[in-house]
This record gives sequence, structure tokens and C-alpha cells, in this order.
Amino acid sequence: MYPRDYLYSREHEWLRVEDDLCVLGITEFAQQELGEVVFVELPEIGQVFDANDELGTIESVKAVAEVFTPVAGEVVEVNDAVVDDPELLNEDPHGDGWLIKIRFSSADDLKTMMKADEYEEFVQSGEA
Amino acid sequence: MSEGQSLQRTPLYGCHLEAAARMVDFAGWEMPVQYTGVIEEHRAVRTAAGLFDVSHMGEVRVKGAGAEAFLQRLTPNDVSKLVPGRAHYSGLLNERGTYIDDILIYKLGAADFMVVVNASNAPRDFEWIASRAAGEPEVEVTNESDRYALLALQGPKAAGILAPLASVDVTGLKYYGFAQGKVDGVPALISRTGYTGEDGFELYLAPEDAPRVWRKLLDGGAVPAGLGARDTLRLEAAMALYGHEIDETTTPWEAGLAWVVKMDKGDFLGRDALAAQKAHGVPRKLVGFEVQGRGIARQGHAVVSEGGAVGAVTSGTWSPTFEKALGLAYVPPELAAVGTALAIDVRGRALPAVVVEIPFYRRAR
Repeated sequence: MYPRDYLYSREHEWLRVEDDLCVLGITEFAQQELGEVVFVELPEIGQVFDANDELGTIESVKAVAEVFTPVAGEVVEVNDAVVDDPELLNEDPHGDGWLIKIRFSSADDLKTMMKADEYEEFVQSGEA
Repeated sequence: MSEGQSLQRTPLYGCHLEAAARMVDFAGWEMPVQYTGVIEEHRAVRTAAGLFDVSHMGEVRVKGAGAEAFLQRLTPNDVSKLVPGRAHYSGLLNERGTYIDDILIYKLGAADFMVVVNASNAPRDFEWIASRAAGEPEVEVTNESDRYALLALQGPKAAGILAPLASVDVTGLKYYGFAQGKVDGVPALISRTGYTGEDGFELYLAPEDAPRVWRKLLDGGAVPAGLGARDTLRLEAAMALYGHEIDETTTPWEAGLAWVVKMDKGDFLGRDALAAQKAHGVPRKLVGFEVQGRGIARQGHAVVSEGGAVGAVTSGTWSPTFEKALGLAYVPPELAAVGTALAIDVRGRALPAVVVEIPFYRRAR
């Protein structure tokens, strides 16, 4: 369910590290909690964030969720496909439903994140 | 809900788990918010038939020779116009003419009525009704909420699914008409009512009979639908929801529910306040709006004009039928005309919207 090579946050974002870049998305758990996504609002390329800043919002029929970035850095790419077709987030949250790529400024930010098995335990514990 | 306080469950709890429903806390009840998805369930109700468990609603029985006169003084609609086998929509208003709850009143017999109330208000409503009946001669008020499970079968195919199971001619029932008979061999009060804007029925059943009737109706082609779809459906039909469009600060005039109030029927609780507001004019009106930008206005978002809040959104969602964001809001009367441009503050951003006619959705008849 949760890719082994991703890192996970308590806010239900995932990161896939590619050299000095991170691909960022929301998890299957978050997608299920939200239900059908109808709007995705993402930042502009070039925007700079501190760790734990809100970078966008996801609206489903039922609710709105803020998306936070677990790492500080600069947005270098946004997934326009998911903005045009928000269902991608429900269909493939860990793949085609990715949100942004961010060039992170400190690898230290990654240290606070959970590995797949830890995240799985976290969502199953009911604390999430 | 404080810890240690357990949620109430309906007799259909097991059926919801079987159907892999996502369960949520709603007004102290553990209820299904969705099964397969809000949009899919919504569309099933608009095009075929959906089945809702609304057993959390409350039922208050009002009986006795004085029951009709009592309800006539307690509620704004004209109870004297009801005949056995007919129900109507009404309200419980306080002295200020504002809503304690919105209700259905069923006339079961000449001196026998069933008042159906919202789950969130049920204990309070019962107290309200019972305390006003105390000292009234020949009025007996009992809380019968535990005696009923309530299923809502809604959608254009509802009649076709129910008819072969029912002992009475359900296709012959008028809107807001009801009959006591059997469904799949068990006693049921079958009512042609609903909260979706579609044709449909509500079935009041003994709790122990509800699961088999639920399964029979699903076998007949209905799909289970949760509170999520119930909310998007009622919002497209612009039906008020207590705690959103109506509460103890709103009058029927403001909420667009004047048709419920029969000022010429004689005195009733709240009438003086309503007469005064009618004479002075309402400070705000409920309107429907359509969002014009990207985003969804939701309950609590401010309607803004020249930098300040002039109103508030009471309900807002993505509409599966129209595939756009719609909502209801209170605005000053001068902003209530269809076509008026509004701005809604959504997390610090002014989202453009325009006032449109309600209901948003009206079924073809």
C-alpha cells in the first residue's frame, strides 16, 4: 500500500527524494478520508516555503484540507494534470496524483519523517 | 462528544458495516457518511434509487382529544387542514418566532399525531413539546424514538422498487400522503416524503424488522446512500437543514419558509413576533448562490462587501448534478435579488459568486 522508498508526515503527505529534489503528494489514507476531490490549489513555480508551511489546499465534496510541506525549499514543478483532473488524486495518490516538486534546502527536515512501516502503524493506531 | 460517552447506533449498524460504509459521529449517532462515494451515491438517487438509514431521527407521539388543538397552538402550519393519512412540514418555534427545530407532523388518526424531529434536537424537542403539553387537558406526549427505524428510499426508481414489496398501492400515494401497511410482510408506515428533491418514500419500521427490509430494497436495485449524499441532494433541492439555514436566530420569513406559516389560522407560539417582523421587514434573507471562480464556499464563510462581512454562508458544497460549487447564504435584503454579484471570503480570498434562483434542482414531473 505505502511505497517503501517514500517518507511520510503526520499530516499525511509523502515525499520521494530524487537527489536534491522531493516529489510531494498526499497519502492513500488522506485521499480516502477526503473522498472525491474536486479542486486542487497549488503554489506557483519559484515560491519558497519554510518547513511545515501550507503550500496549497485540496477540496473534496465533503471537506477542505490544507497541504503542508514537511521540508523547506523552492517549488520547481507543479503537477498541472492534477489541477485539471483532480480525480487523479483519488485514483493514484502515490503516483500520477503527485502535487509538486520542491528543491529542499536542508536534508535535516527529512529526519523527522516516518518510514512506510512507521506511517502504516501511525494510521492504523487510530491516532491519525 | 466527551470520552467514555458512547455513540448511539441504529438497528442497521450491522448492515452499514457489511456494506463497508465509512462511519462518522453525527449528532451523537454513529452513522454512515458514505459507502462508495458521495458523488456516485448522489447520482444514483437522481437517476435510479438510493436507500438511506435515517433511524436517528426522533418521533414524538401526541395523542388525545386535545392533541390537534395543542399542536395547532404549538406550530405555525395549519394542523386543522390535515386529515388522517396526510403529513405536513412545519416547525417548532419559540416566542421570538425562531426555530427550535423543523418537523414533520403526521396525522395518524383524529386524535393521534406523530411529530418527526431532527436527531440533533430530539431530546430537547421532546422536552419542549412535553413541557408545553403539561397541564393541557387530554394531551398525552410520549417519546417513541426507540420504537422506530426509518429508511428513506429515494429516486425515480423508488416506487418501482417498493411497489412489489408493499401491501398498499404506493404509486397511488400523494406527495406527503402516507399509509399503514406492510413491506415484505412486516408492519410499516409508508410515507411519500423525502429530503432529496426526488420522488421517494420514507418507511417507519419496527427496529427488529429494519435490516431485512433494508436488504430487500437493496436486492430490488436501490444502492445504499450516506449522509454525505443526503446533504448534497438536499442542498441542490435548497431544503433547510437545522443548524445551517435555520436555528434559534432565524425566522421562517428570513429562511424563505413563509409557506409553512399560516398567520390566519389563529394564535400560535411565535405568531406575535412573526407579525412584528413582517411589519418591520426582515433584516436578512436566505439566497442561493453559484460560485464563479475555483473553490467551494462552505458554512461559516462570510459574504463580504466593501471589506466588511454583510452575511454568512449557511451551507455550501460541490454539486454533483451541476458540477459546480453552490451554496445558501444569509444576505441583507438589498443583496438578495437573483443576479446580484456577491463576494465570499474563503480563507482570506474573495471568491466571486452570483445569486441564483432556488431550488437549484427541480425534478421533472
